[in-house]
Amino acid sequence: MEKRVVFRSAWLPFVLVAPQLAITVVFFFWPASQAVWYSFQLQDAFGLRSQFVGLQNFYTLFKDSNYLLSFRTTAVFSVAVAGIGIALSLLLAVMADRVVRGAMAYKTLLIWPYAVAAAVAGVLYAFMFAPSIGIVTFMLRQFGVHWDWVINGNQAMLLVIMAAVWNQISYNFLFFLAGLQSIPKSLIEAAAIDGAGPARRFWSIIFPLLSPTAFFLLVVNVVYAFFGTFGIIDAITQGGPAQSTTILVYKVYHDGVKAADIGGSSAQSVILMAIVIALTVVQFRYIERRVQY
Amino acid sequence: MKVRLLAAAAAVAGAFAFPAHAQVEVQWWHSMGGALGEALNGLANQFNAEQKDYKIVTSYKGSYPESMTAAIAAFRAAQAPHILQVFEVGTATMMSAKGAIKPVYQLMKEAGEPFDPKAYLPTVTGYYSDLKGNMLSLPFNSSTALFYIDRNKFKAAGLPPVAPKTWKQVVATAEKLKAAGQDCVYTTGWPSWVHIENFSAWHNIPIGTRQNGMGGLDAVFTINSPTHVKHIQMLSDMAKKGLFTYAGRTNQADAKFQSGECAMATISAGALGGTIKAGKTDWQLNVLPYHDDVKGAPQNGIIGGASLWVMSGRKAEEYKGVAKFFTFLSRPEVQMEWHIKTGYVPITLAAYELTKKSGFYDKNPGRDTAVLQLTNKAPTANSKGLRFGNFVQGRTIIEEELEAAFAGKKTAKVALDAAVKRGNELLRQFEAANK
Repeated sequence: MEKRVVFRSAWLPFVLVAPQLAITVVFFFWPASQAVWYSFQLQDAFGLRSQFVGLQNFYTLFKDSNYLLSFRTTAVFSVAVAGIGIALSLLLAVMADRVVRGAMAYKTLLIWPYAVAAAVAGVLYAFMFAPSIGIVTFMLRQFGVHWDWVINGNQAMLLVIMAAVWNQISYNFLFFLAGLQSIPKSLIEAAAIDGAGPARRFWSIIFPLLSPTAFFLLVVNVVYAFFGTFGIIDAITQGGPAQSTTILVYKVYHDGVKAADIGGSSAQSVILMAIVIALTVVQFRYIERRVQY
Repeated sequence: MKVRLLAAAAAVAGAFAFPAHAQVEVQWWHSMGGALGEALNGLANQFNAEQKDYKIVTSYKGSYPESMTAAIAAFRAAQAPHILQVFEVGTATMMSAKGAIKPVYQLMKEAGEPFDPKAYLPTVTGYYSDLKGNMLSLPFNSSTALFYIDRNKFKAAGLPPVAPKTWKQVVATAEKLKAAGQDCVYTTGWPSWVHIENFSAWHNIPIGTRQNGMGGLDAVFTINSPTHVKHIQMLSDMAKKGLFTYAGRTNQADAKFQSGECAMATISAGALGGTIKAGKTDWQLNVLPYHDDVKGAPQNGIIGGASLWVMSGRKAEEYKGVAKFFTFLSRPEVQMEWHIKTGYVPITLAAYELTKKSGFYDKNPGRDTAVLQLTNKAPTANSKGLRFGNFVQGRTIIEEELEAAFAGKKTAKVALDAAVKRGNELLRQFEAANK
């Protein structure tokens, strides 16, 4: 039997959800609609002259091969950040869950990086991997690796992926650990008695039971890779060298905030918004079907 | 009882806050952090102490782009400051914002303050004036790109401690330094500013049509000329041979030189303070190298740095305070102190002469190199400065393409052709938005 709460008054439910609605309208719908409106305009920086140009901002963007290139950059970056981030934290969570002695210490240490702001994480990595003076660069040189991400695009990409994954791992870890701990021990013990090895137990029992958590994290991590990583990019590479780390959200920031190109930047954020909405819909429609709640 | 006490306290506080003779406050938003910020506040305090009618209130608003963004947002909300420090690449944007700014020549005229554009260094005036010679903003902190060498490194390699004059000599010297085991031989800051903008002026070749964009919004970039291609290709070849270490798009090269890592660097004159403070190099300041097969080279350098723009929509009384402050800032002794303290160039000829007379350059050889480079010859249409719309993005594009060339992903010709094509699209967009 489903439990239902019945409100006697007609307006009370509306009053109760009003604060939440107000926040959504003020902080999401209003700015989003502004972005859509500006994306159809050509404006000078001070907003003294603006003209309606229809889809011209979008046309300019899609004519620009470099903008199209940044889609590929974003795809590589997001898949890597979400994929590596989830896989690595799952591994860490499973390991931490098995540890008996000193479990608290391991867990605390693994959760720690989440307290580091994205921009600070970026600066940390920029220092550790700084060409010629970074400590990691120094070690790499001992192995004969020439590390110079300031001019080598692939290395720059690798560096921002590492920093972004590192910054997000704790969050994923926390959720996986909670998920693991909510799996009844009796299930795993029963499987063990039946003769299933650790790998078999993981793939047949633990992983399916973790799938709601994994799905949630997939959605969150994709959104993180698309939007949340901008601080790291800004602190380390500013989109360079050439354009090897210019992901879509960074270009929105650069064009809008640094270069005061309101129309072009708004058009880009409208496109970005559409992509993330589409991705989320796909995730919920197709991937969620395979999730076992 | 308590309420009455509070009211009394408020009244007393109010009496102190608003003296009978009200001071007019002038807001100044700037981007000078650290030691430079202290020097800037020193200027404001000195002005505030000298007279009682006006009070300059400074606020640090972050980096140059951040200050500009803050001011644009403030203007849109009708809360703009009186004075805004804007970096040189934002000049075209400010100049086109006709309703948002008050040209400095007009401000000075209305306030009845004496103002002579000829008193300033011609390269500085040119950068911030319209074609009729009216100064639209007041030059404040101006620098130029200089060629630094570390004589210790030269001596260690058995070379005479003399800076190479031409790029050909730079390459030859670089090869010798490399052969002697020097890891980072040459590096550069601000790739577009040094190797495209200053490079063009120094060789008297245009960066764009229409007098580098000063003559109209319909200018196009011309940075894919054979001379430009040759120079960038030379740098790419140097990078391949390990003679040129790329450092990044802004001032990352400063640290590379100051720490004693690199033997030669083309970085801002403003990096001198940090170089002295670091104390790890036997530094020497020189004018930029040039290609001796280019006719007329070297011409003169162009400035970087920022100028002060006056925002519109304030009271005449307040503008009078701004004008008085600008007169104060242009005073030779004020300029001289700023020049010596910060390493920026003195913006008036009188200040330069005064510094010379004070014996500062004799005691500190090389400190006048920046001025000498800026005034090497009377500026031409190619070397007066530049004014391109959307140039914040424009510079990013140039730097992206330069990086592709330095990494060996593109030839110099392909990279510069792409920079011109992409840059011109931005110029057309700016033209359409500012018609």
